[in-house]
Amino acid sequence: MKTTKLGLSGGEAIAYALKQINPEVFAMYPITPQTPIIESYARYSANGLVDTEIIRTESEHSALSAVIGASAAGTRAVTATASQGLLYMYEALSVASGLRLPIVMPVANRAISAPINIHCDHSDSMSALDQGWMQVYCENAQEAYDMTLFGLRLAESVYLPIMVCIDGFFTSHNMEVLNVYDDLSVKKFIGEFKPKYNLLDTEHPVTVGALALPDNYMEIRKEMFDAFLDVKDNYKKTSDEFKVSFGKEINFYEDYFASSSEVVLVVLSSTGEASKDIIDKLRLHGMSVGLLRPILFRPFLYDEYLKPLKKAKKIIVLERTEGPGSYPPLYKDICLTIMNEKNKPEIHSLVFGLGGRDIYQKDIEDVLLSVISGKKLKSRYIGIKE
Amino acid sequence: MTEKTKHNLGGVLPGGTSLVNKTGTWRSERPVWDSKKCIHCMLCFNACPEQCILAEKNKDGNIRRKETNLDYCKGCGICAEICPIKCIKIVKE
Repeated sequence: MKTTKLGLSGGEAIAYALKQINPEVFAMYPITPQTPIIESYARYSANGLVDTEIIRTESEHSALSAVIGASAAGTRAVTATASQGLLYMYEALSVASGLRLPIVMPVANRAISAPINIHCDHSDSMSALDQGWMQVYCENAQEAYDMTLFGLRLAESVYLPIMVCIDGFFTSHNMEVLNVYDDLSVKKFIGEFKPKYNLLDTEHPVTVGALALPDNYMEIRKEMFDAFLDVKDNYKKTSDEFKVSFGKEINFYEDYFASSSEVVLVVLSSTGEASKDIIDKLRLHGMSVGLLRPILFRPFLYDEYLKPLKKAKKIIVLERTEGPGSYPPLYKDICLTIMNEKNKPEIHSLVFGLGGRDIYQKDIEDVLLSVISGKKLKSRYIGIKE
Repeated sequence: MTEKTKHNLGGVLPGGTSLVNKTGTWRSERPVWDSKKCIHCMLCFNACPEQCILAEKNKDGNIRRKETNLDYCKGCGICAEICPIKCIKIVKE
């Protein structure tokens, strides 16, 4: 295996991984901040570096529908989206998972309307948590590249679709240096796609998307739910293969001193990088703080996530989305994780960075220091103007 | 579906399984065809949205209309409407 250092934005890194995958079909509809993915890929295609059939659809609903059709016909098929585009696909999301199609869909997380906003938060993909898609959240361009390759392999091992989420602009548009692997090793790692059925095989005709009334529906849906129970083992297996191919493990989460710390910060995606500097700084002052950055978010592996939280006395969950009238999803899942613990840690839910509002290291430090010293937090919303 | 079928991954079924579901039971009206009056113009054959009008070639090679397949006919009445000599009547089921 050979690695090459490249300077790519997160979006370009995903496009590079997709180029190496060379799927049969890529349905495209442009939406910010996912655009670097399809733009780069269209360039690869124009330069003859891939032989993908590119379908320029008239909407995201059509893009995912085209990909569903292509995937049901036994091909590797991908699309990418964000924000309103993902919401416009909503109807087709559960079709992809219900038909057990291992579609890979990068999502460059962006706020949702109204008011209209093109910048990063996680409200788009978080609103689609229960549609039967696996979700992974990537910290940087390197992880976005790795998880696109890994996600494809994982999806095809459990026959479930996967969203590979990156932070819009912060990751999708910022140039980073990353290691990419040689084409041959990637080809070997991803292997051949073995479809479970083929819509276009006229020798063995199938009915895809048939009606199932009350006497059958529940069993067919449960089969899809049960597939999520297989993800954990397949994730580990795929990680082992990834390690053999590229010398790197893919974990369920990043445990940055979390399992040995009394105060644990939990945050997704690119904010993890900024938080680590603060964790380092506070640890230098002898404070017992760590970071838990979930990567695999659907399915949420409660038993796995309990491991790095065993020592925690205080947990702070920072999220780039809100659960209006309730709490945001990561907080709820962390609460469920520690539900049966005898000595439950105190747990805080904080919301930050909606619509791309910057979070500063000072903000994270202030929150950590307030919680450590037991001071009441000014607001649940970090950086809100009051 | 009234018949219990063992399902495949994603609820995918073999081709042609819609035959199992006899949708004619949804009908509240049915077409009655007068075979004596019929001129076998095949307009109803082409118009039927459910392909419920059956046909065959006779010895001379002419296409002849046959009985309506009431297993799947929903009584929409398009055949009666399009019939140029009105030899199809719609009656209450």
